[in-house]
Amino acid sequence: MDWSALRLSLELAGWTLVLLLPVGILIGRWLARTEFRGRPLLQAICALPLVLPPTVVGYYLLTFMGARSPVGGLIDAWFGLSLVFSFPGLVLASLLVNLPFAILPVQRAFEAVSQELHDAAACCGMSPWRVFARVELPLAWPGVLSAAVLTFGHTLGEFGVVLMVGGNIPGETRTLSIAIFDRVQAFDPAAAGRMAALLLLISLVTVALGYGALDRRARRGAGQS
Amino acid sequence: MTRSGPLILFVLATVGLLISPGGSAEEGPLIAAAASTRSALEDVAGRYLEVTGESVRLVFASSGTLVQQIENGAPFELFLSANEDYVLRLANAGWTRGVPVNYAHGVLALFSRPGLFELSDDPLAELNHALNAGKVKRFVIANPEHAPYGSAARAALRHAGLWVKIKPLLLVGANAGQAVQYSIQAGVDAALVPLSLAQAAALNRIGDLQLLPAATYPDVLLRQQMVMLQNSDRATLRFFEYLQSADAQAAFRDHGLKSPSLSPK
Repeated sequence: MDWSALRLSLELAGWTLVLLLPVGILIGRWLARTEFRGRPLLQAICALPLVLPPTVVGYYLLTFMGARSPVGGLIDAWFGLSLVFSFPGLVLASLLVNLPFAILPVQRAFEAVSQELHDAAACCGMSPWRVFARVELPLAWPGVLSAAVLTFGHTLGEFGVVLMVGGNIPGETRTLSIAIFDRVQAFDPAAAGRMAALLLLISLVTVALGYGALDRRARRGAGQS
Repeated sequence: MTRSGPLILFVLATVGLLISPGGSAEEGPLIAAAASTRSALEDVAGRYLEVTGESVRLVFASSGTLVQQIENGAPFELFLSANEDYVLRLANAGWTRGVPVNYAHGVLALFSRPGLFELSDDPLAELNHALNAGKVKRFVIANPEHAPYGSAARAALRHAGLWVKIKPLLLVGANAGQAVQYSIQAGVDAALVPLSLAQAAALNRIGDLQLLPAATYPDVLLRQQMVMLQNSDRATLRFFEYLQSADAQAAFRDHGLKSPSLSPK
């Protein structure tokens, strides 16, 4: 059992969640509430990682952030940081790949909050921020929770982009999914099987807890109406 | 308990795991090595640890893939290729430090499922008979585009006039290790794989394993070179030198690799 790989997977999923969820909430709400001409195109761009193979995202990141690229060279010179074959690079890739999971459920949830409620709150003298925090966000909470669960769970299982952008560096980019692949290639199916079972269990628990919280909330809501 | 109780517990447990100390030491030079050297190199790294108390971190992939990663800035400190050309390419582009060294010589082996053909002095001729009789549906090699054992396999098949016949039947592994893994799991009829990995995976227990006679493929294709990279430090140099020692060379031979050729390049 490669504990450092498990730790890396959890760290990657955790950082992606913490950094992406606020972005998902802001962009999701903005897309739900704002009409503008380029909206379909912007929505398509946000949803793009859903249909692109992760290797495409990985390829573009290597091209634009790798040692041979101008951006990669600059970042290395200024910060001594490499955005490829490093954990920060994995986080960046993961943020891009998980954009649709963080935005789409949130956007749908905010769209379901009726304009009348919004207007009524504004009429009561609530500032836009209070309307958001006290009226819209609690109502959109199931969408936010779905986004959180999907983002975390999806990142745990991410393989293609991690392999391309991160390589397979022990202690740095060898996440659990990569470690499983590595064990298979080392003719060690027993170790691969153990880690696969663990990853399956963690993913199942994550998603089940998320649905459990959604269920409880739905029951409370139904009880009150 | 609040409605988010279990979720909060889960988050706390995760955080607890993350901040707990432990996990193996992730220090030591980062070594990029051809997938075909896995069994040999893991043994050598183990001996190195016993002898010096120092550990190394090993990353295996096809030689060509590793070259791509190095050229994209991967922080490797030492590169063991399954051939010479990739090392030369890195040296010409300025990624290396010091002189490349020939550390071993690869050996290609023909694996076949039991009963596919008779063992003989000319295994590729036997393979030809089996192909003509329609007994071969699936043949495995490593990817010739970026795995040296794959290009050696292709050269051997071309030399025997079998390449065109066998191409539609090919199952190509991303690296030599995956080629062997397919040989174990994918119901293949025959394969050309590194002897070192075939032994490590005990392919001889599930089928027949034969060496190819000399001159079936150009020897130079599997003259395996290693070189230190720009990131390397003194710890890397120590391991680099250890790989050339009698101890390490004996380990390479134990794992199905030949000693480096004594003739000059």
